[in-house]
Amino acid sequence: MDKIIPLYQHIQTAHCENGVATGLLKHHGLDFMTEPLMFGLGSGIFYIHIPFLMVNGGPAISYRSMPGWIFSRASKALGIKVNRKKFNNEKDAYDYLNQQISTGNPVGCQVGVYNLPYFPAEYRFHFNAHNLVVYGKENGEYLVSDPVMETVTKLTEEDMLKVRFAKGPLAPKGHVYYPENVKPVSKEQLQKAIFKAIHRTAFEMMYLPGPIVGVKGINYTANQIRKWREKLGPRKAGLYMGQIVRMQEEIGTGGGGFRFLYAAFLEQASEITGNQKLLTLSDEFTKAGDLWRTSAINMGRIFKGRLNEQKDFLESADMLDHIASIEKAAYKELRKIKM
Amino acid sequence: MKKEDVPQDPSALTGVTRDVCYVKDKDGKYTTDLSIGWDVKKQALDNAWEDIHERVTEAAHQVEKGEISPIFYFMEKKLMDLTLLSGYTGFWKWTIKRHFKPSVFKNLSESKLNIYAKAFDISVKELKEFNG
Repeated sequence: MDKIIPLYQHIQTAHCENGVATGLLKHHGLDFMTEPLMFGLGSGIFYIHIPFLMVNGGPAISYRSMPGWIFSRASKALGIKVNRKKFNNEKDAYDYLNQQISTGNPVGCQVGVYNLPYFPAEYRFHFNAHNLVVYGKENGEYLVSDPVMETVTKLTEEDMLKVRFAKGPLAPKGHVYYPENVKPVSKEQLQKAIFKAIHRTAFEMMYLPGPIVGVKGINYTANQIRKWREKLGPRKAGLYMGQIVRMQEEIGTGGGGFRFLYAAFLEQASEITGNQKLLTLSDEFTKAGDLWRTSAINMGRIFKGRLNEQKDFLESADMLDHIASIEKAAYKELRKIKM
Repeated sequence: MKKEDVPQDPSALTGVTRDVCYVKDKDGKYTTDLSIGWDVKKQALDNAWEDIHERVTEAAHQVEKGEISPIFYFMEKKLMDLTLLSGYTGFWKWTIKRHFKPSVFKNLSESKLNIYAKAFDISVKELKEFNG
């Protein structure tokens, strides 16, 4: 099969799932779609500190909702179905992908980044929830639009199978997905979807039960940080801080990045709905994003070993509590927003 | 973050790609900009790698002293843990732990060694002959 589908328009985004979802919906005619809008409609912003799970020997924190949810939720709100397929064997997965692109259908693929040859070596960990678009094939190589890359790339058949069948947590199992039944979206429908998504985000960040999710989760992390130095010793506690920063700021996303993205969403939401309050609240998220970055700098001083006293850890913890209080106030207001 | 505050510190991304950042332009509206990297992030990543290199070096020493089998060393080197290695090989975690023992490793069948070598993306010879 030697077929090119040059029609797919590559877009670069801050976050891979947003990028694939936005790109595919644009491809299907929804020209108004942007990354912030996708992120907002999919209630992508989240916080969870999973206490019993370790990632690379450090704390496991996620600043976003479950992989796949952003696209699914945003699509549902717009009356679109996302067709998803996973496979038990490589042969079926290989055939299915080829069949989709040969009919001119660009698809999203979930992949592991460890064997992704075009990624910088330093970023190639066993992380299995990366997303990219496969839009064609040429001389036996897949044409790939990876949203974190500036331009399109290619993958050999062998590499493609490797990354689609990476093993371990969140193993992709050849996961392929694409939107179906995309119809024009009316302004009213979009406005309704925006308010619904905002309310859902506010609900999830404020009212989900348990101490480890939402705004309370940020306080939980702060409390853990207060205990780390004594419990783990200065070196390991420092490494843990580094891990937080990595999860927070990995390739343009995480804590700070996601806040700016959400602020950009609220700005767009305000334009689309004419609700001025959303613009004011957008500023609150910009403020929160700036504070997340300041917090990262502060943690950076600790893991670089310049500061490593208990008071430095306490300062970082206080900063997180401060961020939590600012965000809490903002979500409270978002919960009250009316159409 | 304002557009003029976007960090441009050389990092592992340099020459490969740049980060999309959502930033405020001079009129206070959101726009995007590209960043080649941020020192704080770079340091965090460098730290993680330093830690990995230490663990790999330590594993090599242990193999050299005959305390542990090369399987453990390559697991560390390929940034895996028991869960991942179990996923790639299909062996139970406790089986793998047993294979960490040099005495058990010595008598592993060629087919089992082959499975490990494939998971680590190396040859059976490299796996068998690694001695720290």
